[in-house]
Amino acid sequence: MAAIELRNVRKAFGMVEVIKGVDLEVRKGEFMVFVGPSGCGKSTLLRLISGLEDITSGEMLFDGKVVNALAPSKRGIAMVFQSYALYPHMTVYENMAFGLTLEKGKDKEEIRRRVEKAADMLQIRQYLDRLPKQLSGGQRQRVAIGRAITRDPKVFLFDEPLSNLDAALRVATRIEIAKLHEGMHDTTMIYVTHDQVEAMTLADRICVLRDGLVEQVGTPMELYEKPDSLFVAGFIGSPKMNFIAGDKAAAFSCATLGVRGEHMEIRPDGIWEGTVIHTENLGADTYVYLEMGQEEPVVVRIEGAAEYASGTVLRVSPIEAKVHRFNEAGKPVR
Amino acid sequence: MATETLGATAVVPKRKIVSELTQQRARAARLFLIPMLIALAIVAGWPLLRSIYFSFTDASLTNLAGAEWIGFGNYLRWQVLDSGAVRYRGLLVDPNWWNAVWNTVRFAFTSVAFEAVLGMIVALVLNAEFKGRGIVRAAILIPWAIPTIVSARMWSWMLNDQFGILNDLGMRLGLLSQKVAWTASADTAMTAVLIVDIWKTTPFMALLILAGLQMIPKDIYEAAEIDGVHPVKQFFKITLPLVRPALMVAIIFRLLDALRIFDLIYVLTPNSAATKTMSVLARENLFDFDKFAYGSAMSTLLFLIIALLTILYIWLGRVRFDGGDR
Repeated sequence: MAAIELRNVRKAFGMVEVIKGVDLEVRKGEFMVFVGPSGCGKSTLLRLISGLEDITSGEMLFDGKVVNALAPSKRGIAMVFQSYALYPHMTVYENMAFGLTLEKGKDKEEIRRRVEKAADMLQIRQYLDRLPKQLSGGQRQRVAIGRAITRDPKVFLFDEPLSNLDAALRVATRIEIAKLHEGMHDTTMIYVTHDQVEAMTLADRICVLRDGLVEQVGTPMELYEKPDSLFVAGFIGSPKMNFIAGDKAAAFSCATLGVRGEHMEIRPDGIWEGTVIHTENLGADTYVYLEMGQEEPVVVRIEGAAEYASGTVLRVSPIEAKVHRFNEAGKPVR
Repeated sequence: MATETLGATAVVPKRKIVSELTQQRARAARLFLIPMLIALAIVAGWPLLRSIYFSFTDASLTNLAGAEWIGFGNYLRWQVLDSGAVRYRGLLVDPNWWNAVWNTVRFAFTSVAFEAVLGMIVALVLNAEFKGRGIVRAAILIPWAIPTIVSARMWSWMLNDQFGILNDLGMRLGLLSQKVAWTASADTAMTAVLIVDIWKTTPFMALLILAGLQMIPKDIYEAAEIDGVHPVKQFFKITLPLVRPALMVAIIFRLLDALRIFDLIYVLTPNSAATKTMSVLARENLFDFDKFAYGSAMSTLLFLIIALLTILYIWLGRVRFDGGDR
């Protein structure tokens, strides 16, 4: 259990500044997700918190104490790596126990108890004698998480832990991580991903990063409903929010009008007209792509299955209460 | 009963099904192997068989064609004297031979042990990130790149008792009270040979180990960092076990090389009983002393000793050449 505070944290590799002054507070026991496109600095930020990288300037505080120069092992953290980073020559048991055996005053019985408890939690007890290479990707990921749990950390760090798993396993493991957080509600968790679905489903709060700066921090619904910028609006939510510019936006007295696909209605008296160029039927809902003279096709998301032949001309309207208006600088007009 | 077998223990079909593709691959493999096998048979197999054959004959350098089979006489023969005492002769009771065997084994194990430790240290340094690493990596290979004859001659001058730079330095710095005849004195000849060999082959060892080190994923060191593993412990618990396969192969390469050491000793300390190895002795008998059959017997035993040590090493060390461990 620890609160983490970053004050104007910067990180440069040689001449290249990757983190350009981040101020952020992660609360005790919170599940914070760092999300952003590739190269936005989210993994670097996590590594700065872990202590694997030194910060170039600024301050990092754990529970009010500056930890800028504290070694990773003394910060009370555990980390799950994207590549799992298991020790290939050690069995699952040894992998999970290795960190503990180094701590002074830990007897073998207690270590065994802690490893087995974690193994039970993750249902990997039957694999304790195996080597990592004898496990599947999903099992390895559980071992990596198990190794982190046995350390009984105050802060749990995840660096894109699901990106090497296939889609079905990703969803299953995501749910397990969510359960893990419920079971360890004292533990602060920070999770890095580029997948906004993971961010939305797991996070207490999301921190959207862009180019080494914090773009917006908020609960998933805050980001969804009140994005602070065009960037956040476009990044959060699937399908991506439609951005409508030009005269159509001017009619709403803004430079860019943001409307999510689910907030568009196909109706005979719709204010806009568009031509169907493609339909994606996902079963539960359907994405209809319309050519409306915008830079990108406009997506309309409708519930249930629907068929619209390409070339069909449809009239659509945004739900007025749900539109997002942005000025020329990409900031919301409220 | 059989219906419960799943996965790894699935019922194995009695007759192996060999697909056409597999057959084709096997054929191609055989085809590619043939030229190498022929070359090996000509340059290694045939001379080896000839040596073994000559070791059972009374061949001399001047009369190879007229060699006659004498059985194990070159290895061991005995004579019952009139007094009733038995006199044994032959290679197996030749003190010169056993001195050479001892020299060779002592040389091989000492030099390889030093080279392994020093090579590991050099490899660890070269594996770290620092400016100019590429140049240092290339520079460290220089001793290995110099032909042995050249480096042996170079060192013999440096070790020279009258004009050598080592004696000069030692005297000036007060480390030596009098000049030492490094290569000529029986006490120091082996040390001199070891120094030169270690200097020369540590880079080779370092490079092989470095290749092994670079196979170790970096992220597990980060995991160790978070686990709070002390760097010394990281080396013994993580680096060493993971680089072990590469290290074992590097050691066996060097051991094979060291056990048949010839050129360095031939140039640096000729005719010194303190350093004479099996190869040097065998050559001496083959060509200098005109005891061709006796020299052949030595070569044959040398071959058997190296083969035995190698097999022992592979077996005891559980070495695998496919890069895996255990």
